[in-house]
Amino acid sequence: MKILVCISKTPDTTAKIAFADNNTKFASDGVQWIINPYDEWYALVRAIELKEVDATTSISLVTVGGAEADPIIRKALALGGDDAIRINADSHDSYYIASQIAAVAKEGGYDLIFTGKETIDYNGSSIGGMVAELLDLPYISLATKFDIAGTTATVVREIEAGKETNQANLPLVVSCQKGMAEQRIPNMKGIMGARTKPLKVVEPITIDALTTLASFDLPLAKAGVKLVSADTPEELVRLLHEEAKVF
Amino acid sequence: MVLVYIDLVEGKLKKSAFEVASYAAETAKLLGTNAYAIVLGNSTDDLTSLGKYGITKVHTVAAATAFDAQVFTKVIADAATQLNATVVIFSNNLNGKAIAPRLSVRLKAGFVSGAVALPDVSNGFVVKKNVFSGKAFANVAIRTGVKIISLNPNSFNIVVVDGSAEVIAFATPVDVSKIEITATNKVTGEVLLTEAEIVVSGGRGLKGPENWGLVTDLAKLLGAATACSRPVADIHWRPHHEHVGQTGIAIAPNLYIAIGISGAIQHLAGVNRSKTIVVINKDPEAPFFKAADYGIVGDAFEVMPKIIDAVRKLKGA
Repeated sequence: MKILVCISKTPDTTAKIAFADNNTKFASDGVQWIINPYDEWYALVRAIELKEVDATTSISLVTVGGAEADPIIRKALALGGDDAIRINADSHDSYYIASQIAAVAKEGGYDLIFTGKETIDYNGSSIGGMVAELLDLPYISLATKFDIAGTTATVVREIEAGKETNQANLPLVVSCQKGMAEQRIPNMKGIMGARTKPLKVVEPITIDALTTLASFDLPLAKAGVKLVSADTPEELVRLLHEEAKVF
Repeated sequence: MVLVYIDLVEGKLKKSAFEVASYAAETAKLLGTNAYAIVLGNSTDDLTSLGKYGITKVHTVAAATAFDAQVFTKVIADAATQLNATVVIFSNNLNGKAIAPRLSVRLKAGFVSGAVALPDVSNGFVVKKNVFSGKAFANVAIRTGVKIISLNPNSFNIVVVDGSAEVIAFATPVDVSKIEITATNKVTGEVLLTEAEIVVSGGRGLKGPENWGLVTDLAKLLGAATACSRPVADIHWRPHHEHVGQTGIAIAPNLYIAIGISGAIQHLAGVNRSKTIVVINKDPEAPFFKAADYGIVGDAFEVMPKIIDAVRKLKGA
């Protein structure tokens, strides 16, 4: 089985969110970059687990970005990817990125495409669905479990008020979230091995984005917390009822 | 025309359906046009009632019963094209996340997910959306003729008007799904976390699952959903589907009450869109107090029974 795992570079979860150039760009100075947690913890690690069960499985990674994305690709290779493709382009919008990934996927002929459920920066939750439509494949979103027997996948996905088990034949696109796998730390052997694993850089296809990010805003600062004494908790209930009017 | 996809949960209309219906109607007003709805599958609720949220026509496709994003996308694309929709609206809920991006590709229509306000049509078509897990907003311009928006749950006030929608069957082929649904496990009898107006949440400060009555008793009195922090789900005090935060569920209720949760940045990322935040923690240095509107620095085991009593009195229960 050939698996393609889509990975994205995002600011660390504790990064300070600020903007530059008249609020048109993320202020990335001093920001630590990580693999988007959903892509790493759930999509990639589940792919690695599938390979541990069936050694004939191969795991390719794909990302859209400039050379500054290479460290996170190397980390993903250290965790257990076999090879990687970096599409040498800045991200424009979800449609642009999905089109680049779909072009690579078409060429590689993958059985299974994994994405994280969303990136923690743009929160689009769109790449999996768009890639599936571009390739005319079924798409199971927000999966919490994935198993394979032959060419039939059994996937548990989140639905409103519960879970649903789906079965579908490969090829298939799946977006992954909590439950799929547990976070792993790369070991020294993986880190050393990652240096020599193939990382192919390809140029993007020509395609127009459908949207443009015009500007960013920060939410208004909170007025500050109103503290109630621990001796009179009933006062909190009164404030919530009469002042905040929330119940 | 503005077309809104109305999601059914077990044949029923949920709060998110009324939110997107209102959002579609208000968007249509801005554009000087009508808002139509499309409903797939069989509804046990009266669909003419969508008129109360400003929808004039409801197009139904009864044959599309089992959810499959690929099949549903084709049906909605047919409707959008044949009815000349210029804007298509979804809830940014679980099914919306599966269909809307596919439809964007199929119609080559620019898509903004997770909108938090009506589009600004004064100069082009700009949609404000959540980014950086609730820590910021982006204003995104859609450049295509047809536009797609998914609205974050609990981000738009429902507007009730006088009206009744006309319900019309929409004739279109429905493909055979390549996905088979083999089992469904429902969490019943609980308030849906993503739709709840009030959420009561507990953290490690509660010391063990046996103390969760402090959370569930208050939740029951308030008609609230219950939630928990990541460590609590990881050590199996509470089920994973209750985990709110960066890697769990993101919520935006009117009131979020956090008991014994310190407020790590990853937790805040999942709850910072809550309108009012109450924090009860014995550590005055807990970072959560910085994001809170109201707080008590105190021991949850002493404070919570008194709060529960006061709420019980207030509710006359």
